[in-house]
Amino acid sequence: MSLPKKMKDHAAKHAEATEPHPEAARKQAAQGKLQARERITAILDQDSFHEYDLFVEHKCSDFGMEKKQLPGDGVITGTGTILGHPVAIFAQDFTVAGGSLGLAHARKITKIMDHAIKLGIPLIGINDSGGARIQEGVNSLAGYGEIFYRNTLASGVIPQLSIILGPCAGGAVYSPALTDFVFVVDKISKMFITGPEVIKTVLGEEISMEDLGGARVQAELSGNAHFFAQSEAECFEQVKRLVTYIPWNNRKKADPCNPIPPRTQLGLEEVIPSESNKPYDVRDVLRAVADGSDFMEVQALWAANIVVGFARMDGRTVGMVANQPMVLAGVLDVDSSDKAARFIRFCDAFNIPLVTFVDLPGYLPGVDQEHAGVIRHGAKLLYAYSEATVPKITVILRKAYGGGYIAMCSRHLGADFVFAWPCAEIAVMGPEGAANIIFKGEIAAAADPEAFRREKVREYTEKFASPYVAAANGHVDAVIAPHQTRDFLLHALEISEEKAELRPTRKHGVPPF
Amino acid sequence: MTATPKLTRQMIKLNDTVYETTLTKKYANRKPFVPKDPRRLTAIIPGLILELLVRPGDVVRPGQDLLILEAMKMQNHISAHDDATVRAVHVAAGDTVMKGQLLLEFD
Repeated sequence: MSLPKKMKDHAAKHAEATEPHPEAARKQAAQGKLQARERITAILDQDSFHEYDLFVEHKCSDFGMEKKQLPGDGVITGTGTILGHPVAIFAQDFTVAGGSLGLAHARKITKIMDHAIKLGIPLIGINDSGGARIQEGVNSLAGYGEIFYRNTLASGVIPQLSIILGPCAGGAVYSPALTDFVFVVDKISKMFITGPEVIKTVLGEEISMEDLGGARVQAELSGNAHFFAQSEAECFEQVKRLVTYIPWNNRKKADPCNPIPPRTQLGLEEVIPSESNKPYDVRDVLRAVADGSDFMEVQALWAANIVVGFARMDGRTVGMVANQPMVLAGVLDVDSSDKAARFIRFCDAFNIPLVTFVDLPGYLPGVDQEHAGVIRHGAKLLYAYSEATVPKITVILRKAYGGGYIAMCSRHLGADFVFAWPCAEIAVMGPEGAANIIFKGEIAAAADPEAFRREKVREYTEKFASPYVAAANGHVDAVIAPHQTRDFLLHALEISEEKAELRPTRKHGVPPF
Repeated sequence: MTATPKLTRQMIKLNDTVYETTLTKKYANRKPFVPKDPRRLTAIIPGLILELLVRPGDVVRPGQDLLILEAMKMQNHISAHDDATVRAVHVAAGDTVMKGQLLLEFD
């Protein structure tokens, strides 16, 4: 074959391998879904995508598979950049055999994963697959297993992002579950271990795919998803934004941005109501101290009684954790402990300092909470904070009662700096509860029990509902005016830049999960 | 998108203090705790009653098999927890039962 002919032949081969099957492409579009290639192009910087393994073929010869040509075996893999940050990416292609996962398909994924781990760059996976390629039998399962294994090895080494843009069912859902961030899109993402059909046959319960494992369910009820979007385009913007906040790998820090002051003119003195039982949106506090008032919330819809997410201070990424008095009074419970613990471990693994804002009445009482294992789940939060060696800075805004005070990155769990606002109340419990217990007998015996009780509540409030007892004991480093918060945080972060904290050698800890 | 829960002035009481806040759907929909009644045997999993091994009036010992419930491709032997007398049997072999359905009652 002459050279020009070889070139022409290559162009034809390339076109054949990348042209989607028209009927399958039409179906994909009819479902409101983009094509796999369009998705990659939309996420990556223009012309930055470099594809590998386009000509990989499956080796299956059972059930007529030997006659089936599957371009790229139903998955597109490669590398590129997002706003200049390098990433490895794969996208399952539902238009090729339903994006079903056979061994060659899986090996393309594991190859790009191995690259990402060695090169130290984030991995982005786009899931849109009908599941295992049944014709390939156990080889298909082997493929899944090899992906899960690498997800686990890569955990804490490179950031892993999963975008669910179609069905992701059965064993396949465990790959996203092992990654750091899961993105879902309304009406498009479907995640479940056993689908509605199986549930109906086995259990007799009828439920739609959307109600069982749709995007909203995963983002709001189960907590499996971290980011919820109304459209694929909105989802891709979230992905790009997140990539700018996180480092390439665990040996680096996140790339700094130009420092900008907070945009909000909101005075911190006005954010918090004077009565400690009145609600407010703690995100107003986070925005008031963050660069550009920019805060990227993670898992915004699930366990909203705790707020976690990324912001920048002096151009450097920080992870923020804050109790949210606006939801369930900001209590800690099973879900909020779990949510915060996971986020803290991500930040610690990837050298992102933690800034914690405390305003909580304690743990949520309830039979359901106790029986759901709030002890074990609550312990995850203590573990994650204690384990973290990144700079840990805590600001006590208002209430810090009981076990909740300890759990929210107190000095005792290794906080490097603890600041408290003058309205902070650091005590074993709120004045009402404390007075009712301490003076139970006296209140009952008093001539006017209610007046006596109110008097004791006032006494307790004066004595303990302040930051000064904690400050007198050195548990709080400084009592600061709200408007000094950003300044104290910036300084603490700056001087913690080279923080090093050595721990005893161990294979790994055994956290309560 | 960011969620902004609507402030609808809900309350929650913790340690004798009433806090103004919003409640999550999960919290608002939580079910009150109902203690398990040892005199009622209910299906722990939906399935098919394969075989009934006791009749009303039978005296059963702890660990004694009461019925076989086929579920999740497994013939599950459901056995007695305590000493008891069977008062009533509410299902027959061949019945499909839902989770939580009453199967037997004891005296």
